[in-house]
Amino acid sequence: MKAVITVVGKDTVGVIAKVSAVCAELNINVEDVTQSIMQDMFCMIMLVNLSRCTQDMDAVRARFAAIADEMGMELHITREEVFDAMHHI
Amino acid sequence: MSMINTSDILETIGMITSENLDVRTVTMGISLLDCADPDPKKACEKIYNKITEKAARLVPVVEKISTDYGIPIINKRISVTPIAMLLASAPTADPVEYAKALDRAAKAVGVNFIGGFGALVHKGFSAGDERLIASIPQALAETDIVCSSVNIGSTKTGINMDAVKLMGGVVRKAAEITADNQCMGAAKLVVFCNAPEDNPFMAGAFHGVGEPDCVVHVGVSGPGAVRAALAKLPKDAPLDEVAELVKRTAFKITRMGQLVGNLAAKELGVPFGIVDLSLAPTPAVGDSVANILEEMGLESCGCCGTTAALALLNDAVKKGGVMASNHVGGLSGAFIPVSEDDGMIKAARCGSLCLEKLEAMTAVCSVGIDMVVLPGDTPAEVISALIADEAAIGMVNTKTTAVRVIPAIGRKAGEELDFGGLLGYAPIMPISTYSPSVFINRGGRIPAPLQALKN
Repeated sequence: MKAVITVVGKDTVGVIAKVSAVCAELNINVEDVTQSIMQDMFCMIMLVNLSRCTQDMDAVRARFAAIADEMGMELHITREEVFDAMHHI
Repeated sequence: MSMINTSDILETIGMITSENLDVRTVTMGISLLDCADPDPKKACEKIYNKITEKAARLVPVVEKISTDYGIPIINKRISVTPIAMLLASAPTADPVEYAKALDRAAKAVGVNFIGGFGALVHKGFSAGDERLIASIPQALAETDIVCSSVNIGSTKTGINMDAVKLMGGVVRKAAEITADNQCMGAAKLVVFCNAPEDNPFMAGAFHGVGEPDCVVHVGVSGPGAVRAALAKLPKDAPLDEVAELVKRTAFKITRMGQLVGNLAAKELGVPFGIVDLSLAPTPAVGDSVANILEEMGLESCGCCGTTAALALLNDAVKKGGVMASNHVGGLSGAFIPVSEDDGMIKAARCGSLCLEKLEAMTAVCSVGIDMVVLPGDTPAEVISALIADEAAIGMVNTKTTAVRVIPAIGRKAGEELDFGGLLGYAPIMPISTYSPSVFINRGGRIPAPLQALKN
């Protein structure tokens, strides 16, 4: 059960650290990370594995929403299957 | 990053977050044929029990899919067998009681709308049909989330003009008795020609007799995503490129619907019916079919060129969507409901979009004269004649057409009605005041058209 976490917003210190810390806290394994700056916007994409996550998705979303608010950035968690369906024939 | 390209990831996230891409509805179709009973009380009990049993888990399952996958899913709905079929065996029944049973059951399972308080009368009335039709205004006034549709014509049978005559009056009365509530009754009533039996969209959804006992359909949306994709094309890009881009975007949108449909069907243990790959607008800024046409290069929706642009859009949406889903059905095309589309509302307000242009547009897109607010003094015969015109377009072109108009009782041109939510708001549009009354009062049937010698 894999998902993609995207974080978009004004670049601040410690974005990857904060998102990774929540992943560790919820026992979510980070498999890959990529980041870039596009038009002054920081954009981080993290591929994670939720198989051993200790919380249900409602709790996971609430936890990540809290740090997104804290950082003032937009954070989205989307299951890998959505991208597979939309972008692979 | 793994198998997925980062730009694809960002494209999808952008479509969902800033372009209003969503799955508009997951609609469960439920057959009520086994709920017929000569005793109306028993019939209503059976209806309530069957719906609440079959759809018990619909809302939580769909909400869980939305949370787990990160896909916005806006509506959960139910469509049922046209209720007139159940009335046939209960000659003394009050159809309004059946509508109330539907309303109670739908509220109990927490869906947004339930459709199917209707009749199929394209060739004539059978037992129960006329009683149901006569009860529609009252049923829609006394319920909250019940929707009604009546099919009055088809390419194979022609148009039942007796039913057309009746429906003009029914639409008007539905508005009259809900005049204190923005004439809402008429906004929940559709008159169809060639009605699809697996349509997941309201107000026209019903569960056709050829469908399985219980099934799940999905309706996608996404005009905002199509418009945003087109905005990136240079203004001198030829229309082949426009069509190609619409196809690509429609493919992606539909795949998301197909994914949700598969997941929902599996989790609910019922067959997956169809994906309706319609572009369904909302009153939200940017989520507009009219804006797509304007993005193609029209100053304002309704100007000359609108029909051609819409024809291109509708066809490209189908071509892109068909390959993305193993079963496509429902209405599948571009919707042009005036009050539900920010760009249409603006075009109607500024006068670039008129009723006659809308009628022309319905010849090349998936529905008909939809969510149009008419002057409050529009006579029933005029509404009937508008229904007949739309039905003729559908009948001759072998496509679905429909009429959902709301006579704004007590109001005149220049005023507006505001339905709230996804139903939106719209100015009153002028309609020809010359009388078609002799034509409408003839009744009878318009014969089915030739399917050859087409010119």
